[in-house]
Amino acid sequence: MKMIKTIVTLSGKDTIGIIAKVCTYFAENDINILDISQTTSGDRIDMMMVVDTERFDGTFKNLTDGLKEIGDSIGCSIKAQHQEIFDMMHRI
Amino acid sequence: MAMITLNEVLETNKMIEHENLDVRTITMGINLMDCMTDDLDTLNRNIYDKITGLAKDLVSVGNEIGLEYGVPIVNKRVSVTPIAMVGSSACKTPDDFVTIAKTLDRAAKTIGVNFIGGYSALVMKGMTAADRMLIQSIPKALKETDFVCSSISVGSSRTGINMDAVRMMGDIIKETAEATKDNDSLGCAKLVVFCNPADDNPFMAGAFHGVTEGDAVLNVGVSGPGVVKTAVEKVRGENFEVLCETIKKTAFKVTRIGQLVGKDASERLGIPFGILDLSLAPTPAIGDSIADILQGMGLERVGAPGTTAALAILNDQVKKGGVMASSYVGGLSGAFIPVSEDQSMADAAEMGALTLEKLEAMTCVCSVGLDMIAIPGNTSAATISGIIADEMAIGMINNKTTAVRLIPVIGKDVGDQAEFGGLLGSAPIMPVNKYGCEEFVNRGGRIPAPIHSFKN
Repeated sequence: MKMIKTIVTLSGKDTIGIIAKVCTYFAENDINILDISQTTSGDRIDMMMVVDTERFDGTFKNLTDGLKEIGDSIGCSIKAQHQEIFDMMHRI
Repeated sequence: MAMITLNEVLETNKMIEHENLDVRTITMGINLMDCMTDDLDTLNRNIYDKITGLAKDLVSVGNEIGLEYGVPIVNKRVSVTPIAMVGSSACKTPDDFVTIAKTLDRAAKTIGVNFIGGYSALVMKGMTAADRMLIQSIPKALKETDFVCSSISVGSSRTGINMDAVRMMGDIIKETAEATKDNDSLGCAKLVVFCNPADDNPFMAGAFHGVTEGDAVLNVGVSGPGVVKTAVEKVRGENFEVLCETIKKTAFKVTRIGQLVGKDASERLGIPFGILDLSLAPTPAIGDSIADILQGMGLERVGAPGTTAALAILNDQVKKGGVMASSYVGGLSGAFIPVSEDQSMADAAEMGALTLEKLEAMTCVCSVGLDMIAIPGNTSAATISGIIADEMAIGMINNKTTAVRLIPVIGKDVGDQAEFGGLLGSAPIMPVNKYGCEEFVNRGGRIPAPIHSFKN
């Protein structure tokens, strides 16, 4: 897989251990986390991770499917997108 | 470059998930000139092979990019060289042209695109025998195919208007309506009449691959009426400066997505990137509406006084924002105002707020024309020609693209509803002026090219 920074976003109801679950998935799949930021309001959480998928041994579809599975198990939506879409829209 | 922030990511994803931001179409333009031969079977084979060869990965690459950026790429389409030229040597009858339409349809189905445009003729000034046969074949071609789109260009600012062609298209639209009357005359939804057509338009039904283009090119149409609508609603009550700045900034962001997708698709397919079309194109989905934007600006209903001014603002600000966002802008690049494809537009037409005459006025300040308008099935061919002539005159005098896509729905009248399905939507049958223009449109000949000075 080509070295492209991927942005992973998680949003949904905040419960204990959800970030741990996502991080475990990344560790198991050789995905390096470069940055994490999050906000919570009430019981809602929005989190974003910038990850490096260079050593991930799978397709982008495998990645989005894997994250969707975790998202479903913890009741959150988790998306993965190439960082470029955000750079294009928000940086001149 | 500073790291992207959480809020920026959330803003983008909100546009995609809640405001229908998408890339409306990636359209591959394919030159078919080198398929020409005088043998019809060979011609059909050449056409099929060229399209299915060049565009075989178009759909899969579009889906792949959509997945990786997390933004839907709604349509993948193909446009080809106007078929009246491609078939001019091999086709001896209108039915010969129909075989090409079927070949295009078959190629579209093989590669999985949902429309193929270019069943077209350019007759702005004169008409060759082949042009005439292609035009005569349109009703049958559109009846017997699913995905083929046809466009006939009957005028331009440089040549004037070919009124013989305008008169003929009145009849052809009626015949196409009749041929497809079992589906609310759906054939007419795939048939456009143009003045000043664009060679690189990625949007259907009017896309064709112009003769000034290269062998193959990728043109991209972005869209995001829902995003603009949400932005406009946030500045309710603010002055025009604030309104215009808001639209401009939003258009910039929306257009950047198209630029990214277009460049990436071009690299992956090995086909040069042509242009980005800035047109705001609505869909029948709730919130994905041009009418909603205009109403968000402060109109009670689209069609009310102020509508033309509001549309002029929208169109101009979208261009101003979009031009900086893309390296190459082209195509139609203006707001579309189809009736059936825009739920709020159809609603306004149904309650009488929006009339055919107001729509005509609106086309003076935006792209592209009288679009997806259902009219009574008993409207005469001459009246349809008169409506076409009016719209072509607006384009010719104002140096802009205008188009007519009218659907005389056979068996239906004012008060009825036409259902076209899917992205084409549904629309009320709109009343048409009852007074005739037969003597005018039957004169024959051409309207001379206009003077390009003394602009008033």
